[in-house]
Amino acid sequence: MIAYIIRRLLYAIPILIGINLLTFTLFFMVNSPDDMARVHLGVKRVTTEAIEAWKTDRGYDKPLLYNYKESGIKSFSNTIFFQHTVRLFVLDFGRADDGRDIGRDIRQRMWPSLAIAVPTFIVGILLNITFAMLLAFFRGTYVDVWGVVLSVAMMSISIMFYIILGQLIMSKLWHLLPISGYDSGLRALKFLILPVIIGVVSGIGAGSRLYRTFYLEEINKDYVRTARAKGLSSLQVLFKHVLRNAMVPILTGVVAIIPLLFMGSLVMESFFGIPGLGSYTIDAINQQDFAIVRAMVFLGSILYIFGLVLTDISYTLVDPRVRLE
Amino acid sequence: MVPFYKALIISVLTGMVSVVQAQWNNPYPVASAGKNIMYSFFRERPKTLDPARSYSSNEYVFVAQIYEPPFQYNYLKRPYELEPLTAVSVPRPVYLDKQNRQLPANADKEKIAYSVYRVRLKKGIQYQPHPAFAKNDDGTLYYDGINENTLDNIDDIAGFKKRGSRELIASDYIYQIKRLANPSLHSPIYGLMSQYIVGLKDFRTRLLNAKKITDKPDLEKFSLSGVKLIDRYTYEIKIKGKYPQFIFWMAMPFFAPMPPEADKFFSQPGMKEKNITLDWYAVGTGAYMLTVNDPNRKMVLARNPNYHEESYPAQGEKNDQQAGLLKDAGKLLPLIDRIEFSLEKESIPNWNKFMQGYYDLSGISAEAFDQAVQFSSGGDTEVTDDMKDRGIKLSTSVATSVYYFGFNMLDPVVGGTSERARKLRQAISIAIDFEEFISIFRNGRGLAAQGPIPPGIFGAADGQKGLNKYVYDWVNGKNKRKNILAAKKLLAEAGYPDGVDKKNGKKLLLHYDTSGTSPEEKSKLDWIRKQFRKLNIELVIRSTDYNRFQEKMRKGTAQMYMWGWNADYPDPENFLFLLYGPNKKVGLNGENASNYDNPAFNRLFEKMKDIENSPQRLSLINRMLEILRRDAPWSWGFFPKDFTLQHAWVKNKKSNLMANNTLKYLRLDPVLREIKREEWNQPVVWPILVFILLLIASIIPAVLVYRKHERQAAL
Repeated sequence: MIAYIIRRLLYAIPILIGINLLTFTLFFMVNSPDDMARVHLGVKRVTTEAIEAWKTDRGYDKPLLYNYKESGIKSFSNTIFFQHTVRLFVLDFGRADDGRDIGRDIRQRMWPSLAIAVPTFIVGILLNITFAMLLAFFRGTYVDVWGVVLSVAMMSISIMFYIILGQLIMSKLWHLLPISGYDSGLRALKFLILPVIIGVVSGIGAGSRLYRTFYLEEINKDYVRTARAKGLSSLQVLFKHVLRNAMVPILTGVVAIIPLLFMGSLVMESFFGIPGLGSYTIDAINQQDFAIVRAMVFLGSILYIFGLVLTDISYTLVDPRVRLE
Repeated sequence: MVPFYKALIISVLTGMVSVVQAQWNNPYPVASAGKNIMYSFFRERPKTLDPARSYSSNEYVFVAQIYEPPFQYNYLKRPYELEPLTAVSVPRPVYLDKQNRQLPANADKEKIAYSVYRVRLKKGIQYQPHPAFAKNDDGTLYYDGINENTLDNIDDIAGFKKRGSRELIASDYIYQIKRLANPSLHSPIYGLMSQYIVGLKDFRTRLLNAKKITDKPDLEKFSLSGVKLIDRYTYEIKIKGKYPQFIFWMAMPFFAPMPPEADKFFSQPGMKEKNITLDWYAVGTGAYMLTVNDPNRKMVLARNPNYHEESYPAQGEKNDQQAGLLKDAGKLLPLIDRIEFSLEKESIPNWNKFMQGYYDLSGISAEAFDQAVQFSSGGDTEVTDDMKDRGIKLSTSVATSVYYFGFNMLDPVVGGTSERARKLRQAISIAIDFEEFISIFRNGRGLAAQGPIPPGIFGAADGQKGLNKYVYDWVNGKNKRKNILAAKKLLAEAGYPDGVDKKNGKKLLLHYDTSGTSPEEKSKLDWIRKQFRKLNIELVIRSTDYNRFQEKMRKGTAQMYMWGWNADYPDPENFLFLLYGPNKKVGLNGENASNYDNPAFNRLFEKMKDIENSPQRLSLINRMLEILRRDAPWSWGFFPKDFTLQHAWVKNKKSNLMANNTLKYLRLDPVLREIKREEWNQPVVWPILVFILLLIASIIPAVLVYRKHERQAAL
């Protein structure tokens, strides 16, 4: 298994280079270093000299991908792409265009993101599994039919609707929770309840419907009938046998996203004023801060690859027949 | 003595009571209830709080409370008037000829080679407590020579426990002026100031040379010929020629003092890596100091314990007494202890928090406008009955800004000074109904412009005197946009009868360049297209992102566009320069986006800009406005109106669009705020109980069905 993991990690290197190249190309297709300087320096009274100085200070005065003025390796290394990318591979994210240390900002902002994402993820999974099992148990009855209808309806509604409705009902009408904001330490709890509730509720529809399908696939198999014939109760059959066997497809979707919880939620963080990594990325895109955009895409890619490796490993844990070679 | 267990029980009960009493949706800690704290918000994190670089209103909200330039705008008086802040008085410039001989105050502009501003500071002004000033017993700086290892356990400025202060001196102002030329800082006004401040360009060149040797040259070791230290409290700035607007620049944070100790403190190794820089941690003498700086979440300004003696103004406008704005006359400033700003990106939560009493002031978003404002039978704006019941007040003011619809004067169709092009532009100016635009897209928050100068600025006239006769008629004591027939007549005279080019018989096709691509912008673009359709002109919208739009403007490839300008200072020069030829965007990278270049206008501008407000200046401005209105390089657009809502507990709020350091004048009634918050935010608990009951009610049949299912015999 160790050999497999090492091989997967080595595969990650060309993937990460490719992602970086793609991010770089897409970013500079719509922004030039001059544009970035203008966004940073503002629109009033900006001189050409100031723009040139800004670019020189941040290394954006070089050619993008290939330096015709240099020869040999320098024609590749003395470019914006090389100089802004190579450090990423040792997780040195460098400085944002406003001078702030990106690594430090990420370390600071990942906690609020996790504070929402982890409880939403755990409670959401538990609730989805339970609700899906309930539907599977009552399969073919009106409970199942209406449950599926409700699930489809819930997954069809935009997250924005849940957020606005949640804020309206819970805070504006019933005055039960703060409408937005964040605080440090335990004082953050009261600000997390509403986004977590909304995150969980908005995910129930899609999650339950998907898991219900997994259970239904399992529930008609022979081993279930055998278990029932042995005298096990329905609950025992569902939780001990069906759930275990349905875990492989569930894990495929779930484990891969665990590392991505760090990246935060773009919409949720913006609406609730949570200073996490989701809003960090959105702000960077709006401010055309390539350094942050590049760092966040790179981090997201690493976490995604890590998530996929983790998924493969988790298969071996839930299904002893799976061997990673 | 109360036994321990009793004290414990009492404290627990007291705690429980306080929690129960507190509003559940209150975003602030229970302990802050009833305190003299103002609550506000910010929409995006400031890019920098360095006064040499900061140039945005969202940054000035903080910067202007902390840093003190020598002068400020009087809070209450109108027209806007400069008064001393840290200076003893507002100086009048001394004029010199080429040989540095003093000239009389009324000397001819041509003879004036230099103007000298001598600023004398008040004695005894102290900086806020700050680690940069902390000293050892031997007088050396306590935190001098720190490095990465010393900073191991320090994450922000609060980690530096030892603090100190010192007196404000003239050399701090000089140091800041030198910083404007520091190439590492990219000060936005360096370009402009280098044209005026004697020796600033040379100073920068020497700094650039020094930077080849050392990364951070010591600014104190470099002399700047145009800025002179006279004594501990006095300094002089020598500028080239006559530039009366220079004094306004000196009232902006660019000219606030910077103690060299602070610059050096933040330049030490390891500080930048921890994001502890002058960009984020301000050091000033202002009424407030930044005590919490988390631009991702919260910024807190606290009263500066060392703030110098400054009183609430005793004089203002005619109605200020009646409006209760002089009740605090003579009281020492600031009147609020602490101001907490929370990051609030979305308008809905922002508005709801204001309505719940958790923000003290608010603007009005388009979505909330109908809920907040209504128009009286006389056409005046007032708050709705619901707002009145809550004691919320509305204050409105026309901003010192202009949003204009511009024509590129380099364009072969709409540009140029030919009669044809002029009449075409005049026709379009009549057709674009900005009154309708303001009504539809700005909920009436604006004033259709008659020229480039907004009301309240010298040169802007009310009524018939200020009428743009090329676009409006004066009817029954009011200005009325000319009928579309007048526009069609002008269009025909321009050679486009009914929108058809007489030369080739084709329909006139024009292009509008914009950076608007959002759905909201789409409706605006449809509206603009409709305005051109009135003249049977086909309008092609060229939407692009803001970068490309700016590029088009720089290259002069846009045909028509819409842009805006916020005043730097309350002088007509700051608006009329937007149409001054040598300030063209194309080739000269100036702010004249229409590339308008009329020699007659340019000559008048050059005369007007250097003289003080007087009948002579007014006459020049009127002549300039007449030229502009006739040439119509803009279709004039509108001046936005700012609407601000304030709760009943906020006192002394008066719109001052030039001053940024106005928070020190505001007063709060925290007791009233607490009562109102309690009244408006009683938690509604029954839905929770109903939810629990519903849950139980749905579980019971499920359990029953399950049990029945389990007991069922297999078939």
